[in-house]
Amino acid sequence: MTGSTPVLSLANIHKAFDGVIAIEDFSLDLYPGEIVALVGDNGAGKSTLIKMISGVYSPTSGTVRLEGDEVSFADASSARSRGIEVVYQDLALADQQPVYMNMFLGRELTKPPFGLLDKERMRQETQALVDELDVRIPSASSTIRDLSGGQRQGIAIARATHWASKLILLDEPTAALGVAETARVEELVARLRARNLAILIISHSLDQVFRLSDRICVLRRGQQIGIRKTVETNKNEIVSMITGVHAPA
Amino acid sequence: MTLAYQKLKSFDLQQGVIYIGFLAIFLFFALTLHDDGFLTSRNLTNIVLQTAPATIMAIGLVFALSAGEIDLSFGSVVAVSALSAAVVMQHFPMPVGILAGLGAGLAIGAFNGALVAYGRLPSFLVTLATMGLFAGIARTMTDLRSIPVLNENFTGLFGSGKLLSVPSLVIWTAIAVGIGHIVYRNTRLGAHVLAVGDNARAAQVSGIKVARVRLYVLTLCGGCAGLAGLLYAGRLQAAKYTLGESDLMTVIAAVIVGGTALNGGKGSVIGALLGSLLMGMLNNGLILMGLDVSDQMIVRGLIILLAVAVSLRDTSR
Ligand SMILES: Nc1ncnc2c1ncn2[C@@H]1O[C@H](COP(=O)(O)OP(=O)(O)OP(=O)(O)O)[C@@H](O)[C@H]1O
Ligand SMILES: [Mg+2]
Repeated sequence: MTGSTPVLSLANIHKAFDGVIAIEDFSLDLYPGEIVALVGDNGAGKSTLIKMISGVYSPTSGTVRLEGDEVSFADASSARSRGIEVVYQDLALADQQPVYMNMFLGRELTKPPFGLLDKERMRQETQALVDELDVRIPSASSTIRDLSGGQRQGIAIARATHWASKLILLDEPTAALGVAETARVEELVARLRARNLAILIISHSLDQVFRLSDRICVLRRGQQIGIRKTVETNKNEIVSMITGVHAPA
Repeated sequence: MTLAYQKLKSFDLQQGVIYIGFLAIFLFFALTLHDDGFLTSRNLTNIVLQTAPATIMAIGLVFALSAGEIDLSFGSVVAVSALSAAVVMQHFPMPVGILAGLGAGLAIGAFNGALVAYGRLPSFLVTLATMGLFAGIARTMTDLRSIPVLNENFTGLFGSGKLLSVPSLVIWTAIAVGIGHIVYRNTRLGAHVLAVGDNARAAQVSGIKVARVRLYVLTLCGGCAGLAGLLYAGRLQAAKYTLGESDLMTVIAAVIVGGTALNGGKGSVIGALLGSLLMGMLNNGLILMGLDVSDQMIVRGLIILLAVAVSLRDTSR
C-alpha cells in the first residue's frame, strides 16, 4: 500500500477564521484503497479539514497535493471535477425529487437532438448502481422523502461512489441513523475499499472507527495529535489522544 | 397487480386534486347552467380566450415558486408592457412595439431577479416593492389615459386573429404551455429549478448555479407578464394602467390549485393551465348565474380558499 503514490497529500495545513485557529499544522497522506478515520471532540476541526479538501474553504497556509500535483480548489465544483466527492453530515439531497435525479444532481444526462433530459438512462444507471452497492430502496424512481434515513444516506454514498474517481470524504455519515441502518451504511463503506478509492471518514463512534478504518488520525482543538494503524492501537489509546487525559491502566 | 397498486399509491393528491376539481366544477356548471348557455362552444371558447393572459403568467409563476421564489409584481408588469407596446406603436412599426412590450417585461423581471439572486433579498419583498413601483410607473406613463391599439396586424396576432380557424389566443396558450411543460419536465434548467427550490444547499454543493437559476425564473416571470400584456392589448385593442390589476390572486390561485408547492421543489405547468381554466370557468359560471360583482368576489374567494386548502393539505403522511 505504502509503495504507491498517495492520492491525497496534505502538508502543514493551517486554517484560521478571523484570527481564530481552527487547524494547526496538519499533515496526512491518503492512499488508494484505504479508509482513514478522522476523530476528535466537537469543534476539534474535523469538518473544517474536510471542507478544505473539498474546496469549500481554502487553507490559510500549507499545501494540498492530489496525486502529486499541488492543487488549490476555488470551490466545491472544481474539487468534484478532480474526482473528490463528499457525503455531508446533513444530507445534501433534494427531498421531493426522485432518487435518480438526485444521483445526477447538477450533472443530469441529456440526449440528442434537443438536449432533453435522458430520464430513462439516468433511472437505469441509478438502478444498476444501487443494485451493485446493495442499497435497498424500492426503486430508482422513488422519491427521497419516502425513504428511511439509512436509505437516504445509502443514496448519498452511492452518488459519491458513482462520481468519485479518487477520494470520498464522509462527514459523520451515520450520525442520524439507527443501529441496523448504521450497519448497512458501514457495509457499504467497507465495500468501497475494493474500488480502490481513498476514503476519509469522520466519526464520533469509536466502535465504528475500529470496525471500518485502516488508520486513525486524531485531532484535538485543531492540533494533530497523531496517526495510528488501527490494528496496532486500541480504544484506550485513542480516547486518551482525543481527550488529552491518560486513561488509568 | 403490484404495478397498478404502486401507481395508485404514488398518485399525488396535491397534484391530482386539480383534475378532480376541474371536472367537478365543470360538471356542476354544465348541469346547473345548461339553459344559460354554459356548454355552448362559443362560451367555452370564450373562457379559454379570457384566461390566456393569466395562463401565461401562471407558467412563469410555476417556475418561480418551484425555485422557492415568488413574483408578486407581474400584474404591474402587464400594464407597463401593454402601455410600452401601445405607445411605441403610435410612432413605430409593429415589431418594435412587440419588442418594447416584451423587453419591458423581461427587463423588469431581470431587475427583480438580479436583486434576489445577487442582492440576496427575499423575492417576496423585492416583488412586493416593484409591484407598487411599476403600478405607479404605469399610471404616470400616460397620465392614466388609455392608449388605443389600432395596428390590425397586432390585434390579429395577439387578439382576434385566427390561424386555420384556431383563435390566436388559443395558439399562444398552447405554445406557452407546451414549451413551458417541456422545459419544466425535460431539461436541465427545469431540473435545476426544482433542485434549487427543493434544497438550495444541495443544489449549490452539486455545482448548480443557484443565483443564476433565481435570476432566470424571475426574468421568465417578467417575460411571461410582458407577453400577457401584449395579449391584453391585442384583445382589448387598447392599453391602460388597470390591465393585470386584478390578476394577482387569480394567477397565484391557479398555480397553487394546479399542484405547485408554495415553498418550492414541486409543481406542474399542465396543472397551472387547468387551474387557470378553472378560475376562468368560475368567473364565467358565476356571471351566468347572475351574481352581482360583489357576490362574485365573495363566492370566488371562498371557492379559491377551499381549493387551496385541499391542494395544500399535507398528504405525505
Ligand atoms: N466558517 C467558520 N467561521 C468561523 N469559525 C469556524 C467556521 N467553521 C468552523 N469554525 C470553528 O472551527 C472550529 C472547528 O470546527 P469544525 O466544524 O471543523 O469542528 P468538528 O471537529 O467538525 O466538530 P463536530 O464534531 O462538532 O462536527 C470550531 O471552533 C468552529 O467554531
Ligand atoms: Mg463536524
